[in-house]
Amino acid sequence: MSMALSQPARTSTDQAFAEHLKRRHRREVIFIMLGILATSVGLIALAMLVVDLAVSGLTRINFDFFTNFPSRRANQAGILSAWVGSLLVMLVTASIGIPLGVAAGIYLEEYAPKNIWTNIVEINVSNLAGVPSIVYGLLALGLFVYGFGTGRSIFTAGLTLALLILPIIIVSTREAIRAVPWSLREAAYGIGATKWQVTRDHVLPAAIPGILTGVIIGISRAIGETAPLVTIGALSFIAFLPPSPVTGTFPFISFAWMFEGFTVLPIQLFNWVSRPGQDFHANAAAAGLVLLAVTLMLNGVAIYFRYQLRKKLKW
Amino acid sequence: MNQINIDVTRATQVQAPDALHGATIKVSSRDVDVHYGTKQALFKVSVDIPANAVTAFIGPSGCGKSTFLRCINRMNDTIPAARVTGAVNLDGVNINDRSVDPVQLRARVGMVFQKPNPFPKSIYENIIYGPKIHGLARAKADFDAIVESSLRKASLWEEVKDRLHDAGTGLSGGQQQRLCIARAIAVSPEVILMDEPCSALDPIATARIEELIDELKQNYTIIIVTHSMQQAARVSQKTAFFHLGTLVEQGPTTTIFTAPRDKRTQDYITGRFG
Repeated sequence: MSMALSQPARTSTDQAFAEHLKRRHRREVIFIMLGILATSVGLIALAMLVVDLAVSGLTRINFDFFTNFPSRRANQAGILSAWVGSLLVMLVTASIGIPLGVAAGIYLEEYAPKNIWTNIVEINVSNLAGVPSIVYGLLALGLFVYGFGTGRSIFTAGLTLALLILPIIIVSTREAIRAVPWSLREAAYGIGATKWQVTRDHVLPAAIPGILTGVIIGISRAIGETAPLVTIGALSFIAFLPPSPVTGTFPFISFAWMFEGFTVLPIQLFNWVSRPGQDFHANAAAAGLVLLAVTLMLNGVAIYFRYQLRKKLKW
Repeated sequence: MNQINIDVTRATQVQAPDALHGATIKVSSRDVDVHYGTKQALFKVSVDIPANAVTAFIGPSGCGKSTFLRCINRMNDTIPAARVTGAVNLDGVNINDRSVDPVQLRARVGMVFQKPNPFPKSIYENIIYGPKIHGLARAKADFDAIVESSLRKASLWEEVKDRLHDAGTGLSGGQQQRLCIARAIAVSPEVILMDEPCSALDPIATARIEELIDELKQNYTIIIVTHSMQQAARVSQKTAFFHLGTLVEQGPTTTIFTAPRDKRTQDYITGRFG
């Protein structure tokens, strides 16, 4: 204050500064409010969805719901064939989509020469991620079902969804690899590692947490897909299970299940919701809850692995 | 190794080396040019590096000293835009020759980088990675022995012997850099390249590294790029001064610092630019 008295000229500027400062802090508060609002919209919507599904569907969730086949009688209908179908389709999708996507991502990022062709490939891969899923269904119907004769089977479905998630996995693999510091590669090259050793021993371990994030997004997307599977001819009413992959006789593993007809959770859900009557709608809500739970569970598993792998890296 | 004795005065026409006269030449380059895309970074660099001594590359930022250092283990191969021409001879064999495998070369010419870059693994794994990929050892006892001897040579053993399985990145900056030196030593190289190894370190850690460099020169040929002229004067026996992509002058460190022949060298070492 004595400063202000001895230097009256500065007082006005100090006041201007203080007022300006007040305005700056006010804007800070406004942005925080906006941020909280934006975040809550998403959270509240999800919470409402879960609550709504739970209110109408929770009563239907019991042991029988998981072990019963679909039925004409709503209170006896279950999701056995649907969850088994979803699980098997995801198994095929993951075992084809993940290795292909990761390998392509590694090649494009670490090995491919940077020229116009890789640029074209890059643009195409990004565009593929935006192709509507039903178009993949059409492609699969023409190519796999009619072309290769793989039938309206679990294998065809898995293959289709693998194609669908391939660009997602490629893009996230590339981004994860790009985020690995160059100094790490130099360290390995410097003591005489080959390119593959650098990639396998250093780049991949450092990139895997990021790659897993892409895998989570891809699988979560695939498990909820309905349109392409309807297009390739998934059945909506299945009262049998595909043959077990494990058999009692040599060689104890059978791939016959791959070529069976199937249904998946979202198709079963759609089927129930399109029927008249409260009871089937309750089944649909229950199936929705299960689908949500399965997605969250898959994410949980992947996040756990990601956490474990990150812990192994000693940055 | 089968080193070839070359009379220094004949190998380098420009020099009149005194302290290094008759020393074995480990690495020599002739007319090395480096281009990054369309930009030329090095112009006709010809230099001789004596065996079992420390050679310092000095010069202002962007003068090409690091670029040239990276020619000696063909590290520039990893940069797609870089193009190297001319000859770099290691024991008289041109390493830029098609028949030379850069992977094998880098087992003979180790490198330590500006920023300590240990692998995000344990101290133990950091050391054994090189021997493992080159198949230098199989049994655990052999690896244990390599870890101990490498860490001892890098004068890090006493500090880390009780926590070999802790993260290498958990060490202090100076310890990390000595770990990187130990990692390079573990594959028994003949030459060790050091690219400003102390620029990220405090003075005490720097002093330890310099002591270490002085010890290591008995068994290895060491080439160090440094921004610090005092460091060059302290650790090296030979100094080469780079400026704007050319090698201006090379010779015994004492000569370069007391009686430089080129005006640019004199201006640089007296602090007139750089």
